[in-house]
Amino acid sequence: MKNQSLTNNIDWVCIIIYILLVIMGWLNIYSSSLSSMDGTSEKQFIFIVLTVPLIFILLYVDGKFYEKYASIIYGVSLLSLLGLFAFGKTIAGQRCWYAFGSFTLQPSEFAKAATALALAKYLSDTQINLKDVNRQIQALAILFFPVMLILPQPDPGSALIYSIFIIVLYREGLPAWYVLTGFVGIVLFMLTLILEPQYVILIALIVIVLVHFKSRLGDRNIFLSGIIFALISGFVLSVSYVFTNVFKQHHRDRFNILLGKSVDMKGIGYNTNQSEIAIGSGGWFGKGFLEGTQTKGGFVPEQHTDYIFTTVGEEWGFLGSLFVIALFAGLLLRIIYLAERQKTKFSRVYGYCVAGVLFIHFFVNIAMVVGVFPTIGVPLPFFSYGGSGLWGFTILLFIFIKMDANKVNEW
Amino acid sequence: MRKVLLPSLIIIAACLLLLRIFYLQIIDDSLKLKSDNNAIKIKYDYPERGYIYDRNGKLLVANQPSYDIMVIPRDIKNIDTLEFCQLLNITKEDFLEKIAKAKVYSPRLPSVFLPQLNKMEFAAFQEKIRKFEGFYFQKRSLRDYQVNFGANIFGFITQVNEKLIAKNPYYNSGDLIGKQGVEESYEEVLRGIKGVKYFQKDKFNREIGSFKEGKYDTIAVQGEDINLTIDAELQKYGEELMINKRGGIVAIEPKTGEILALVTAPSYDPAILVGRQRSKNYTLLYRDSIAKPLFDRSLLAEYAPGSPFKILTGLVGLQEGVINEQTTFMCHHGFSYAPGRFMKCHGFGPHQLHNGIALSCNAYFGNVYLRIIGKYASTPYAVDVWSNHVKSFGLGQFMGYDLPTGKKGKVPTSKTYKKMYPGWGYSGKTIVSNSIGQGEVVMTPIQLANMMATVANEGYYYTPHIIRKIKGEKIDPKFTKKHYTTIDKKYFAPMISGLFDVYNMGTASGLRVEGIDICGKTGTAENFAKIGGKRVQLEDHSIFVAFAPKDNPKIAIAVMIENGGYGATIAGPIASLMIEKYLRHKITRTDLEKRTLERSLQSRYAILGGLSDVVLKEMRIKDSIAKSKIIVPKVKIDTTKRN
Repeated sequence: MKNQSLTNNIDWVCIIIYILLVIMGWLNIYSSSLSSMDGTSEKQFIFIVLTVPLIFILLYVDGKFYEKYASIIYGVSLLSLLGLFAFGKTIAGQRCWYAFGSFTLQPSEFAKAATALALAKYLSDTQINLKDVNRQIQALAILFFPVMLILPQPDPGSALIYSIFIIVLYREGLPAWYVLTGFVGIVLFMLTLILEPQYVILIALIVIVLVHFKSRLGDRNIFLSGIIFALISGFVLSVSYVFTNVFKQHHRDRFNILLGKSVDMKGIGYNTNQSEIAIGSGGWFGKGFLEGTQTKGGFVPEQHTDYIFTTVGEEWGFLGSLFVIALFAGLLLRIIYLAERQKTKFSRVYGYCVAGVLFIHFFVNIAMVVGVFPTIGVPLPFFSYGGSGLWGFTILLFIFIKMDANKVNEW
Repeated sequence: MRKVLLPSLIIIAACLLLLRIFYLQIIDDSLKLKSDNNAIKIKYDYPERGYIYDRNGKLLVANQPSYDIMVIPRDIKNIDTLEFCQLLNITKEDFLEKIAKAKVYSPRLPSVFLPQLNKMEFAAFQEKIRKFEGFYFQKRSLRDYQVNFGANIFGFITQVNEKLIAKNPYYNSGDLIGKQGVEESYEEVLRGIKGVKYFQKDKFNREIGSFKEGKYDTIAVQGEDINLTIDAELQKYGEELMINKRGGIVAIEPKTGEILALVTAPSYDPAILVGRQRSKNYTLLYRDSIAKPLFDRSLLAEYAPGSPFKILTGLVGLQEGVINEQTTFMCHHGFSYAPGRFMKCHGFGPHQLHNGIALSCNAYFGNVYLRIIGKYASTPYAVDVWSNHVKSFGLGQFMGYDLPTGKKGKVPTSKTYKKMYPGWGYSGKTIVSNSIGQGEVVMTPIQLANMMATVANEGYYYTPHIIRKIKGEKIDPKFTKKHYTTIDKKYFAPMISGLFDVYNMGTASGLRVEGIDICGKTGTAENFAKIGGKRVQLEDHSIFVAFAPKDNPKIAIAVMIENGGYGATIAGPIASLMIEKYLRHKITRTDLEKRTLERSLQSRYAILGGLSDVVLKEMRIKDSIAKSKIIVPKVKIDTTKRN
């Protein structure tokens, strides 16, 4: 029977967690949009219902299909992003949507899955060695195109997501210094904003000098240390320059809030302040479903989309938050576990990409909501309101579930 | 290693987020409070304050509605400003200024546009208020005084201060509270309990429904009405008699300890501390440091008692057995109690207790006092024996009456004199001034009145109190408990007989009231003030204490007139008029009444400085002090110290 084979070998752990997250997401959207009465939760309900045929289609399509047509899917996706510049609809200053009547579609939500497929396809195609600089450039180029199309929309949040693919590439052999450099870069960036640039440079100098003289005699390379110092200094100074001269005030403010420098709680700090208040008022057990005073009062802006986790925090308390975070962590670790036991490199890389993309959404979103990450528009997978997002993540996940189910048939 | 990176990141990230959430939800308490501030609006339903009646059920203090005109600036829509201003009797500039002020506070939230309009002022506006979108009114309840006297008894209503809000969680900013008088001492009875309603509000501060279906809401409890022991007629009469004088009158019903009148002068019309003029008037009253209209002399002023204290000297002498009714002392216009020391007296001849009291003989009571102190080998011990007798009459202590202010007065003990005369011994002779109330003893008028009530009761008193009835509640049992003195009942009869003859043949013989047997005692107390750095002896304080009728006493009274002179000249007439008023409800001696009412001591007070013309005019103080152009020397005087 065809239908039986649809559900053959699929990973029920992932499916159950997925269903739980979607249902909980909808309950929280229902609660947070109750007072506005604008049909938000009804629309989301329709989106959720529509995922059922979508999932059946995804499971019906042969696993090989994705590998075969990865490049074409990637290409179509890039075209859809490109098309935004001509036909896109601008909402709140962002040109991210295609409008079909009252219905809108956000192509960048689907581009993640397309890019993951393309990256998996590229890495599985030949005996690729990522130690090779040319290969590195080619792999990074796959990421570069969608990012370049998304950034000017402008949608820095969606663009930020693509940085997680570096971790995937690292898993597949990308030299460690990429990750290390990225990490050092982030640390230097934050330090520069907190301290004055000259102090950061001074600290870097001390560290480099210490490392230089501690290392074994043969490795001492005064030239290399010098270059590293020069690079760091240049980076720090340019960060400082960009921050004060290129960034607009509202960008600067987003960082300043995080660093505790800005206290204007009615202006730019309002979102973060209100979301912390809402979560903080939840206590151990929360105020109960539909009982959140902050949620009812509509104090948290964008609560049903990017700030949906505040409803979890307020109405379900610490235990509810713990449960949601545990579900996410469980799902992510399960996907990695499944990816690692794939027989083909293609599906392994793709699985890794799925875990990475879901992870960075999960982390950046909740970190922003609880006030440890700058305000940036990244949805919480399966939770946040929006059809494109829900379908994008569903496609991303279920392609992998199909691949995983198929692995027994592969040779 | 490469396989471990992403799983590690996932686990670390999850833990990091949970830690942060734990901090926000469990550790940081401030967020819960902020959340309530955000989302919960509390509305109070203030119950009406209880009414205040006098002992005969006459209404003294009621309530009147007052209206605050409120505005929500954002909601104002094409109103006829001209008509609006005319109705409220304000100028257009006023209007614009007030709107601008409200906008600064918040364009979305209500602010008070015009506070505390009375019914009249509000009536015309009320009809048209629908035409003025953005404006609405808020009803409040203010005190409505039915009488123009008794300000010191009632106290007043004011907004709670921050200190009290911090101390007492019942009160919120802007709440009203009784201050001074019975409004303060019976605050909780009168005010009732306000009702609370919780509302869920949204980010625009709009109410979007009740919070938890009103689970935490409470209903307001009405304030209770109270009856005072005050006799309105007597109180009013007392205040009228005190016009243009300074001092206090306290009248007590001996059989119950109920305060019949509690007069202080100067006083003010309680109505001036209500409504829009309140704070301005209060400041004026408060600033007057000379006449001190807010200072309740009947409870707070401590005076040397003067001659009325001889009553206690005599009673203690009888109780200690150092004299009896027949004991005789000679008076040669005084007596020489030590070499070179002479206590002056106005009389002459041999005196026994009866005459001694009736004629107020200093020599007689000086001798009695020397005998009391001389009875024991140890002078300090004797002083303490005497002191304890005196204290049993309620002297030297807060008596526990139900008014929020009071003074203890002073009764010296051996400790007092140890401090005053360190290193060398003292004897009865050193402190003999105590015998005639010019020593270290000081008393408040209410203590004097209570002393007379005790004498009238022949040896006991009830704690004076001003509450007669609280609807639905019992009076504090401490007010129905007898306090016995250390003097045996049998010693009171001869003393009362002497006090009766004060009127028949003694110092107050001119003040007899036909058909009422009054027992009284005159008093005159020397006093001094510092004026411009110099110590000046002022006109004596005029004192009179009495009770009546002699058999079955119904009223005990103490009258204290600052700088009134000889006891029988002002205090005596006032006391006898008060007694006649209370017992007969009408005055037969109209000449005396007229004289007393018209008597002004303002020229004597002028030396101390007084109220300026402006103050007088603005406050409509009942004491229309002579409008003399005296430059006010800013000195504080203490008229209670004798020397």
